[in-house]
Amino acid sequence: MNRNSASLPLASPLSNTEIELRLLMEAIYLRYSYDFRDYTVASQKRRVLHALAQLGLPSISALQEKVLRDPLLFGRLLEYLTIPVSEMFRDPTYFLALRRHVVPILQTYASIKVWVAGCSTGEEVFSLAILLREEGLLSRTQIYATDINPASLEKARQGIFPIESIRGYTANYQRAGGRSSFSDYYTAAYDAARFDPALCADVIFADHSLATDSVFAETQLVSCRNVLIYFNRELQDRALGLFHESLCHRGFLGLGAKESIDFSSYSERFDTHSQPERIYRKAT
Amino acid sequence: MNSNAPPSPGRRVEAVVVGASAGGIEALLVLLHGIAPPWRLPVVVVLHLPEGHQSHLAEIFAERLHIPVHEAADKMPLAPGSLYFAPPGYHLSIERDRCFSLSCEPPVRFSRPSIDVLMASAADACGPALAGFLLTGANDDGAEGLYRIHQAGGITAVQDPKEAQIPTMPQAAIARHSPDHVLALRELRALLLQLESAHAH
Repeated sequence: MNRNSASLPLASPLSNTEIELRLLMEAIYLRYSYDFRDYTVASQKRRVLHALAQLGLPSISALQEKVLRDPLLFGRLLEYLTIPVSEMFRDPTYFLALRRHVVPILQTYASIKVWVAGCSTGEEVFSLAILLREEGLLSRTQIYATDINPASLEKARQGIFPIESIRGYTANYQRAGGRSSFSDYYTAAYDAARFDPALCADVIFADHSLATDSVFAETQLVSCRNVLIYFNRELQDRALGLFHESLCHRGFLGLGAKESIDFSSYSERFDTHSQPERIYRKAT
Repeated sequence: MNSNAPPSPGRRVEAVVVGASAGGIEALLVLLHGIAPPWRLPVVVVLHLPEGHQSHLAEIFAERLHIPVHEAADKMPLAPGSLYFAPPGYHLSIERDRCFSLSCEPPVRFSRPSIDVLMASAADACGPALAGFLLTGANDDGAEGLYRIHQAGGITAVQDPKEAQIPTMPQAAIARHSPDHVLALRELRALLLQLESAHAH
């Protein structure tokens, strides 16, 4: 026996938990058309088990039974299945690279379209809007901010973030090459910071699933960070296909700091524009 | 899959996962000292580091070892004979197809990457064909993960708290279940070599 561990068949049959997990995702798809079937299992399993504990249910099968009959419970489960964890100017070097290496090229367009895919509660959208305003581009930019979770989209629309996050956001903003004082962009009231609604005057927030929907606009920049890591390889390929199709000639794709197209079937169809920041450019 | 007798170190495992925190770099350098080709066993490490900084662990260890060393990337397949480190700021999991996945879920036991997350996912993916090592550290991350490896029938080993630079982490694991091995670092190293030699045959 001298088998290569990388090509080993599955070590063990599916556990009951994994079987229940698959059945739950199939049920959700059939009942609500939300497609989580091609999400990576390890993280999905942790989130569903966490939801079980929070909802006080004994098993994934019990959760499935309730979810099928109770759309409100499904709405709550959706909060656990999607990960609304973000921060403004997360990975500041990404925004610094956009500012230095992408903005000068965006400036050559008369009008610009940006797609923030998987925008969650909007931190990334507001960060990009601030950056584009500082670079004089916001007034001719249309941002499409999409997510599958309607509750997250509603939060994103409001642009209100917890005040205790602001200190970290401010540090990120400064490291991202911010040209102003971060406090110029929000009004603090009680325990919240409300961001200038003008920042999002030209943002279209829309329901869109990378798993089931198609392309809707020609864009110069797609920013999709910390979303593809939750997808298996097939679904990653589908999403990258949508981005590729959406991008204009030589358009830009920004991924998360630790995400890469190296293991996808699109690795040849993008050039690396900014390596450590994972900014790619549609290849000719 | 619980067995009363400790699994034999001569049994074939497909991967080793290692967790360490405070004092972990020095401990890892002893544990992994001198490993070189034809080393075939993949070793995956979560070492707690502050978030928001680039990790130089892969470079540090690549300079000292003679096997490929990588920072684990999303969907990267686990290759034979390589050493992997979890990137800072992300949880690292192993999927059933023996590829890595990353996630930004909230910290677990104040840690991201979390040792528990890596170990539990690896236990799901590899079942009994996994060994978990837990070294020095000042918190209880890894105790639950090591227990999950044990439940899945894998081999569990912790650094002897008497020898660990910070004994909290190994102690927490020993309190959670009886690990198969409680050993000084150089004995852990001998166990790792045994696992490798069983893996290669």
